[in-house]
Amino acid sequence: MSYIELKDITKSYHAGNNILEQINLTIEKGEFFVLVGPSGSGKSTLLRMIAGLEDITDGVLKMNEKVVNHLQPKDRNLSMVFQNYALYPHLSVEQNILFGLKAKKVSKAEQQKRLKETAEMMGLSELLDRKPRQLSGGQRQRVALARSVVSEAPLCLMDEPLSNLDAKLRAQMRVEIRRLQKQLGLTLIYVTHDQVEAMTMGDRIMVLNDGEIQQVGKPITLYNEPANLFVASFIGSPKMNMGKTEIKDVSNFLVNKTLSFSADVRMQKAFQVHKNIIAGIRPEHIQPAIHQEATHSLEVIHVEQLGNETSLALDVGGELWTAKWPGQWDITAGNQLEVYISTEHLSFFDAQTEALIRPASFSGHGEVQAI
Amino acid sequence: MRIPFGRKIVTYLLLIAAAFLVFTPTMMAVVMSFMTNQDIMTGSLPSAFSLDNYRRAFEQFPLLHYVINSFLVSIAIMIGQLILASLAAYAFVFLEFKGRDFLFYLFIATMMVPFEASIIPNFHTIRDLGWIDQYTGLTIPFFAMAFGTFLLRQNFKQIPKELREASQIAGMGDVKFYLKVVLPVAKTSLITLGVYGFLTSWNMYLWPLLATTNDNVRTVQIGLRQLQSQEQMNDWGVIMAGAVIVIIPTLILLFLGQKKLQRGLTEGALK
Repeated sequence: MSYIELKDITKSYHAGNNILEQINLTIEKGEFFVLVGPSGSGKSTLLRMIAGLEDITDGVLKMNEKVVNHLQPKDRNLSMVFQNYALYPHLSVEQNILFGLKAKKVSKAEQQKRLKETAEMMGLSELLDRKPRQLSGGQRQRVALARSVVSEAPLCLMDEPLSNLDAKLRAQMRVEIRRLQKQLGLTLIYVTHDQVEAMTMGDRIMVLNDGEIQQVGKPITLYNEPANLFVASFIGSPKMNMGKTEIKDVSNFLVNKTLSFSADVRMQKAFQVHKNIIAGIRPEHIQPAIHQEATHSLEVIHVEQLGNETSLALDVGGELWTAKWPGQWDITAGNQLEVYISTEHLSFFDAQTEALIRPASFSGHGEVQAI
Repeated sequence: MRIPFGRKIVTYLLLIAAAFLVFTPTMMAVVMSFMTNQDIMTGSLPSAFSLDNYRRAFEQFPLLHYVINSFLVSIAIMIGQLILASLAAYAFVFLEFKGRDFLFYLFIATMMVPFEASIIPNFHTIRDLGWIDQYTGLTIPFFAMAFGTFLLRQNFKQIPKELREASQIAGMGDVKFYLKVVLPVAKTSLITLGVYGFLTSWNMYLWPLLATTNDNVRTVQIGLRQLQSQEQMNDWGVIMAGAVIVIIPTLILLFLGQKKLQRGLTEGALK
């Protein structure tokens, strides 16, 4: 049963200038749903419309099968975590957590019971008397989460809650939020501009750009079969390498005027339909020529040793491509490097429509390994 | 940074000279209030300490009555200003309506009209309302304060919008949000504005003079003026005694306010 349903949702502040264009979407109960996109893509606006903080210009928003377009935020039975946490600076942690319950006139005994449970769950029991300014960034974040947990609302909205934290803490909070969501069975809508957060946390991801849905799907689907060039370059880090593709002769094609590949029958057909084609390949699919024979030789521009992996910047017809090799490799910048690139790993996009023509196929072995 | 010793001496000498210049009239007033009439007339240094002037100030004039009047008027104006200015500032920051910014600039523009220009129409108004010689006539014309609204609006603007949104989701209306969040958060500014409003009304002269005709509701500043011109010869000792009594509440308020203000300011700085 769908829990939240958006039908042709449109938002505009000035007539004829739509921030969001005909968004159609359903979110299931208990789902961790991530809205991801670059800044200005309209993802926060969409979240605020679900919360009831922004008017809906056009379209229908349903929760539990009921139209809630004009319902006040407080009547939508949801909680929200803001980027700057929105803690009341003059109240202690305890008062901050109980703020919403007091406004909703929950009984004193019930308040204390929920406070105790939540504080224990979030590790805040020692900090209840402190003011927000006496807390570290991570602790403030926890208070903000506790405030939404204590409300016991079945739907929780989060607007870039981790972007004010440092990288280490962010990784830790990612896990905590995910665990909390599972534990409480929350339906969570999470807005972020960070594709790593989106990939690691979401059950499903929606990629938004310029107010339009680019793709909705599971993280792995978005990674393996990006619907268009935008999703392909947005999801994945380092980003997918891309190059213009030209047909050399009947059975061969060139990428970036440098890399030559042989084209199979399906490829040849595709070339007849689409005039301009862009090929993309993930950095991990430019592989060392060890198990396989080298297919190409490329100049190394820069080497980054990360310890567990080695990141290489390679020159491909004047453009920089990145390759990511697991482990440590002793490679010197400026040298030629023998690499193995399989046509199987190439994704193809139409340069005009930017849509996917053919995703990378992994014949024989799937990328996802089941245990 | 350490300041060289020589420069320190020069700085302190300059400071002492400046303090002396600024403070001399006040010092003279305080000293004169304790001198006998004879010493004042001859212009000699004080030869004896006497509280005679203070006794006479209270005996000859209803000084205590004036002081109480001043307190009532100043406190009423202060409270009125705080309530109206904070409510107006709340509307200008948190309520969204058409023409809000235009209205605000219009509001601010009234700051450019000097008080003296509006004093005649104001006088007509309170006379027609029959508020002459009434506390209402002394206080209500000063309740609406463009400067205070401006000050509080700037302060309220620093309150993140997310606080309002969070309380909206929690199911809190505007009135509750104003009372429970905005006012406590903006406490420092409210105190500053309160002190400012109190002192300004305490020192008001022209309006109370116009709006009152008898001693019943007169404020202390008018009383002081009356001390001066009753007879041909001014009794300077009594006048100075009166002046000292009048500045005492101001000083107390400044001392108390300063401490509170400092605490409030550092609290804000720590984020």
